[in-house]
Formats: sequence, structure tokens, C-alpha cells
Amino acid sequence: MKSTTLSNISTNPGRLLPTRDQVMLIGRSLMLPLIGILLFLFLWFNAARMIHTSLGEFPGPVQVWEQTTNLVTEHQEERQREQDFIARQEVRNAETLATDPQAKVVIRPYTGKPTFVDQIGTSLFTVLSGFFLASLIAIPLGILIGLNESVYAAVNPLIQLFKPVSPLAWLPLVTMVVSAVYVSQDPTFSKSYLTSMFTVLLCCLWPTVINTAVGVANVSKDLLNVSKVLRLDALTHVFKIILPASLPLMFTGLRLSLGIAWMVLIAAEMLAQNPGLGKFVWDEFQNGSSNSLGRIMVAVLVIGLIGFMLDRAMLLLQKKVSWDKNAILR
Amino acid sequence: MNKHLQLSEVSIDFPTPKGPFRALDKVNLDIAKGEFVSLIGHSGCGKSTVLNIVAGLYQATEGGVLLEDREVNAPGPERAVVFQNHSLLPWLTAYQNVELAVRQVFKGKKSKSEMRDWITHNLELVHMTHAMDKRPDEISGGMKQRVGIARALAMEPKVLLLDEPFGALDALTRAHLQDSLMEIHADLGNTVIMITHDVDEAVLLSDRIVMMTNGPSASIGEILRIDLERPRKRVELSGDARYNHFRHEVLAFLYERQRKVEKIEAPQASFKAQQKAA
Repeated sequence: MKSTTLSNISTNPGRLLPTRDQVMLIGRSLMLPLIGILLFLFLWFNAARMIHTSLGEFPGPVQVWEQTTNLVTEHQEERQREQDFIARQEVRNAETLATDPQAKVVIRPYTGKPTFVDQIGTSLFTVLSGFFLASLIAIPLGILIGLNESVYAAVNPLIQLFKPVSPLAWLPLVTMVVSAVYVSQDPTFSKSYLTSMFTVLLCCLWPTVINTAVGVANVSKDLLNVSKVLRLDALTHVFKIILPASLPLMFTGLRLSLGIAWMVLIAAEMLAQNPGLGKFVWDEFQNGSSNSLGRIMVAVLVIGLIGFMLDRAMLLLQKKVSWDKNAILR
Repeated sequence: MNKHLQLSEVSIDFPTPKGPFRALDKVNLDIAKGEFVSLIGHSGCGKSTVLNIVAGLYQATEGGVLLEDREVNAPGPERAVVFQNHSLLPWLTAYQNVELAVRQVFKGKKSKSEMRDWITHNLELVHMTHAMDKRPDEISGGMKQRVGIARALAMEPKVLLLDEPFGALDALTRAHLQDSLMEIHADLGNTVIMITHDVDEAVLLSDRIVMMTNGPSASIGEILRIDLERPRKRVELSGDARYNHFRHEVLAFLYERQRKVEKIEAPQASFKAQQKAA
């Protein structure tokens, strides 16, 4: 991928001032996005002041910045409280043991409420585990469908049927099934986590299945002939020819899937009450204080930023494993 | 003559919506061990179909192919194919491309170090050892085709099938590769079937040139034996009367007896219309 980075602009032997072209390049790569963001902030600032809700004025950039610092401070305070709690407990236990070495000491976990940062962590864990499991199902299924036209003909109607289903429609069913099936005295995972995770899984399967299948079905005839002439066995055929050849389209599917997974997750968490970003938004909405809208807006921006970063991470992974270094990936 | 490879009464029908289309009709050809045979004919005459049937990629509808008296009915490495557009795996280096073939063919027969030597040896044959750690997109078209040939040779095939191997290359590279191929053929004595469009290439390389009639129902028109002694040198031969006679024979077959009248139709007209519009 051809891109101009600041590092190769600044190498300018023999001249102290950047050339005209370099200035133009810096302008393009830095100034234009900056102008876009500033313009957006200006419009947001002015538009927000004109919207009055029952919870007060719609939050503008300033309020959102305040709430961001608030949320970070709350997180730090909560962590401090946790440390204090643990320290107090240890001191108390030590005292008890000093007076009576036989005494049973109880170590209680800290049970404060999760902070915004904790909720981001929960959301990430939920979405990544759902996405990972979905890929584990979708890639082999896609390969199978792509290799065999009969399987494709049999499975395609089902894919087309389930692909457009909204996560909100799956959620009640998933909730009931999880409650019925996942019965244990000492659950490793909370039910809300499983419900959100499976909903994410169901919704983000399809792009990977479809794109993998298309990639596999379009492997060049010449390469298939090579495989035939060499009499490669089925496994070698898949791993040496089919998988690498369909990798680019597979990744297109994976990136679409991860994007969908992240979008679905927020809705799923709201309804399943999984302690992630979705629940944060819902709780703030129910809370209805004058700060709520600002805090929701922070969540909106964070959700967007994380979605963007997830996509970039997939792109990096794709570049890492891609054999076609000339392909333009964006 | 010993019959190494026999094609007897080979016919093939392709299904079309309008019923079966007979592409080849009763192709008979016996090829001796170590012989170099070229198939020449106009495009669409079924040269590639013949090659694909020998390779086992297509199944003849009638008749069949015998290699050392055993019927050919599936592809296999004893009939290695060099495809027109190299068809190397783009994610593997030249070495790894050959390695894939060698591992598959010599599994359990050669040790790891023997395989390594064998791969290097075959890359040496095509003069590609200097670039064996490069991927196909890092080397030129001629070099890719060399690797393709190395891969095929490394399978130790009983018959080497070349499907217009140099068709996509420029004239100089092509001449260079033809010389390499002659060298290899002289050293190893492979049985070779090569498809070509190039009359000079056919005369220079072949022991026999099989000239095919136009389709549908294409068949073998004439067979020309090229009894020029080897090694052959292209520059010396260009002034040789016999060489020019053979060339003339092939040209006469292609452009007099089997002249193909291409219809000059719509695309050109619409191109002119576009020019006018512009």
C-alpha cells in the first residue's frame, strides 16, 4: 500500500525547509482530516445548544469532555477504594491471626460496581469471544460450501434466510435457551455474558461464511489443475491451495463480521444486562440525571473508536498473513 | 516403433444447451519414448483438449489413452503439465513451489536431504537457483515459466505436457527458453507433447509436428517428421534449406489447406461507432 508517512517526508537531505510538494503532502494527510474534525465540532457545538430535552440541553463537546474526565476519575477512585478495602482486610486478618493463630480468616472479594473502563473490558471480551467462536464455525463451513456445489445449493437458502435477522429477534430465544441449558451450581460464565455472546455469534456468522465460500469457489482453475496433477489429498489440497488462495476474501468477510459483531453487541448487552458498554448506555438512560446524556455521548464516541480500532487490528492481521503484498488493503 | 503413449480413436463431446458438441473426432497417435511431439493448429481446434485428455483432466467420450499399456483416466504426476500461465502458487517461493510437487511425488521414497538436492537440481536445470527464494510476483514471466518447467520435471514424469508454455513471453525470452528446453530434452530424454502456435518453435524443437484440422470434430490432419539432426542451432538452421522446407510445409497446411476464415464482425463496427461519437 502506498502511503506517505511523516517519517519519509521529513527526510529531506540538504534542505532545511520542506519543499512545496512536502508541504502539500503534509497538508493532505494531516490538515484535511483536522479541518473535518474541527468543522464537525463547530456544528455539534452549535446544534447541541439548540436541542432542549427533559434532561436538559443536548451535550456538546464541552460537556462530553467533562464527562470523559469524570468517568476516568470515577474509575481511579473506584480502584483506590478497592485497594483500600483489600489493605484494610489484610490488616484486620493479620490482627486476628496475631491474637489467635487458630482463627479462620475470611478473604472477601471487593464488590464495588464496575466502572466505565471495566465495562469496556467486558464488552471487548464478549465481542471477541463471540467473534472468535463464530469464525471457528464460519470458516470451515464457508470452505465446505465453496468446495461443493451440492452443499452450497442445500445451505444457501438457509444462509439467505438467517442473514437479515436482527439481533433483537434472536435475543429472547437465546436468553431462554441459555437459562434452560446452562444450569450449574457454580457458573464460570454469567448468563448475561453467554446470552450476549451467542447473539453476537449468530449475527456475525454470515459475512464470513459467504465471503469464504465465494473465495473458495473462485480459486483459479489452473491452481485446481495443479492440485489434481499432483494428486494432493483433500487435507493438503485445502491447506496448501484453497486456504491461501481464498484468504483475501475470507478476511473481507471476517472484517465485515467483526463490524457487525460490535454493532450487535451493544444492543445485546442493553437487553441481556451484560455489564458492558450496552448496559452502561441503558443504565445512564434509566438514571436520567443531568449528566446522563453527556455520559451516553462519551459511550457513543468510545464505541465508535473501539469499532474503528478493531477494524484496523483486523487490517493489520490481514497484512501480516497476506501473501499478496501488492494488494491495496484499506 | 515402440508405443510409449497411445491415443486411439479419441473423441470427446462437450455438453451444450443445444446438445453435445463434438470437439475431437477419432484422434489416433502413437508416441515413442523420448520423442518430442508438437501439436499445432488454429485456435479452437482442440489442441488443448487433446493435451487435457492425455493429462487426465478431461475424459474422452470415446476411445482412450494408454501410457505404457495402462489406461489413463485421472490426472497424475507421471503426466506433468506445464500450463500456459505458469500457475505457480503465488504465496510460495520458487523453491517451495517445486518442493510441494517433490514432497507429494517422492513421499517416503526420498529422504529430506535427498529431496532438497533434487529440488535444487531441477531448479539448476532451468537456471533458476539464483532466484529460488523469490515469489512468483517478484520474478519475470520467463522466470516463472522456468520454475513451472522445473516443477514439472521434478515430478520425473513419463510424459511432459506443455500447454503453449512460451505463448505469453516476448520473442527473446521465448528463444532463450526454447534453447533451455532443447538442452533439457537432450539431457533427460523426456517424452514431450507441446502445444504451440509458433511455426518456428514447432520445427526447431520437434521430432514430429502433428497438425490438426479445424473444429468442430477436429482431428489430426497431417503429421510431419522433422529429421533434422540434433543438437539444433537456430541461427544455422535459419539458412538451412530443409528447415525452410519444413517451415513451408507447416505454413502451407495452416494457411492453405486448413485456412481459417475469421468473421470480421460487430465489435469493430461498434468501435468505429464509438470513435464517431467521440
